[in-house]
Amino acid sequence: MSARNPHNPEKWELRLYTAGQTPKSLAAIKNLKKVCEEHLAGRYEIEVIDLLKNPRLAKDDQIVAIPTLVRKLPDPVRKIIGDLSDTERALVGLQLRQQS
Amino acid sequence: MGKPEALPSRTKAPRGEAQRAALPKAPTGISGLDEITLGGLPRGRPTLVCGAAGCGKTLLAMEFLLRGAEQFGEHGVFMAFEETEQDLVQNVRSLGFDLDKMIAENKISVDYVRVERTEIEETGEYDLEGLFLRLGLAIDAVGAKRVVLDTLETLFGGFTNQALLRSELRRLFRWLKDKGVTAIITGERGEGQLTRQGLEEYVSDCVILLDHRVREQVSTRRLRIVKYRGSTHGTNEYPFLIDENGIHVLPLTSLQLNHGASTERISSGIPQLDSMLGGEGYYRGSSVLVSGTAGTGKTSLSAHFANATCARGERCLYLAFEESPAQLVRNMKSIGVDLSPWIKKGLLRLEASRPTLLGIEAHLAVIHKMVNEFQPQVVLLDPISNLSAAGSGAEAEAMLLRLIDFLKSRQITAMFVHLTSGGSNWEKTDVGVSSLIDTWILLRDIELAGERNRGIYVLKSRGMKHSNQIREFLITPEGIRLEEVYVGPEGVLTGSMRAAQEDREKAAAMARAQEIERKQRELARKRAALEAQIAALRAEFEAVAEESKVVTEQDRAREQQLSENRNAAAIRRGADAAKRNRK
Repeated sequence: MSARNPHNPEKWELRLYTAGQTPKSLAAIKNLKKVCEEHLAGRYEIEVIDLLKNPRLAKDDQIVAIPTLVRKLPDPVRKIIGDLSDTERALVGLQLRQQS
Repeated sequence: MGKPEALPSRTKAPRGEAQRAALPKAPTGISGLDEITLGGLPRGRPTLVCGAAGCGKTLLAMEFLLRGAEQFGEHGVFMAFEETEQDLVQNVRSLGFDLDKMIAENKISVDYVRVERTEIEETGEYDLEGLFLRLGLAIDAVGAKRVVLDTLETLFGGFTNQALLRSELRRLFRWLKDKGVTAIITGERGEGQLTRQGLEEYVSDCVILLDHRVREQVSTRRLRIVKYRGSTHGTNEYPFLIDENGIHVLPLTSLQLNHGASTERISSGIPQLDSMLGGEGYYRGSSVLVSGTAGTGKTSLSAHFANATCARGERCLYLAFEESPAQLVRNMKSIGVDLSPWIKKGLLRLEASRPTLLGIEAHLAVIHKMVNEFQPQVVLLDPISNLSAAGSGAEAEAMLLRLIDFLKSRQITAMFVHLTSGGSNWEKTDVGVSSLIDTWILLRDIELAGERNRGIYVLKSRGMKHSNQIREFLITPEGIRLEEVYVGPEGVLTGSMRAAQEDREKAAAMARAQEIERKQRELARKRAALEAQIAALRAEFEAVAEESKVVTEQDRAREQQLSENRNAAAIRRGADAAKRNRK
């Protein structure tokens, strides 16, 4: 069931934008870690950015919704919004699974 | 335009004043808009500007920000959802604003928010806190008092969770109000409602609707204030235009008949016409209509008026809808009216445009703007009949009514030239403005004896004694000249018939003069004869008198002789003395 993408053996760079310690943010961090452990074990890197501390980054990275997960690497850049509670959609968004 | 506070409130003044005090307003600085809104947009509240694509929403919002920063010291944030910063800078530069400079001076902050559905995957719950953060940061960065969100509805295209979006929007508007910023939110016009996503539901304080209509291939932009909570406002549709200086809204509500009436008279530029108008010309601030069929000299007449105006040192705005300025100057020079020095001096402004270039109300807005800029004492429109090509008859009439009213309120003397279509009633205009006109001069051609000549008469002229004559007028290389009137059995004699009549009258006058001379001579002769007779009689009389004197003398001498003889005889006879004495 887990269709690991054979074309992307390199490192995954993920960035999660949150705004403070809201339940949604905490849920997103938890869900993201779970997905990564399951599908990208050992070759991922997560950076959590709290926009309350760095509001300028919201403009620079075109963030509107919170939480937003940005796949910086591999190309192309993908944006996934929401708390990632919908694992299926999260996998589709990260292109870890083809849209069914 | 100056500060909007200085503008006269032309709508419902007293109530508006009272409410303005109650509801603080943020002046937009947009020409005319502050008049309609009686001072500007509601301060510290969001205003919705909606309309179809390309009707000027973004520009209106941008001008609100730029003028706010420039004129009122209120910095602003422009959050763009559709155009990038570079696009915006370029777009407004063509309209006379230097957005780059304003951004560099930290007066305005532009944030382009890119929302692309295809790049976004939604996985569970989220909110739009990122937007709030960005907006908050931008507001704090420039100390903004004004915010524009253009066009917020793009969000609906980017996110699928509509319920969430709506609650976030509600939160956004509440947040904006808490921030105390005056905001403009633009929205795309939707079917059956003001905006596609029903934004008016959230922004309930002030809603402005922009409209861009095309009718008979002529487009007109219009603006209407749908609602303005807590304030009176003009409720009509107001035409507006976008030119190199931004937006100009034309307030049209001043339809009160309370303009002043000057008693000053100004010359028409033709002395004989002045004398037909009570000897002094038109009233200042009055409306003059010159109507006539083609080629009756309407433009020549108005050129004289323009010339006379500039010669007095006053400014004249000449709006030509048929001829280009160069052509007009050339043609008028041929009849002895040289307008070019006045143009050089800046006293005369010739503006030519095709009537169909703009919608009828946009024309009005343009005229309005030019009058405000140029501040003329006299405005000429040549011809107004062409304007009706830009709109329906009723529209043209309404526009002219507004124009006449506007010019009168400024005490500007206006001359309207109207081309009467051939065959129609002389004393009627296609655009039914005749009742609004103070002085109506009718030019007509008079066909007589195989000639077509020009006639002029004053159909009406309010408030002055005016001539009732139909006079022929000539367009000579030295200008227009009104001829003396010759009335023949068929009416006014014109052209060569007038000349013939003139000759006839001259001959008759000469004959009369000769006759008088002859009679005088005869009388002199008679008198001389009588005098001679009198002299003869006198001589005779004197002779008779002389004779009578001689006779008396002789008689007395004879008597004395007789008496002496008797005495001598008595002495001889010795008669007594008594008897002698008795004798």
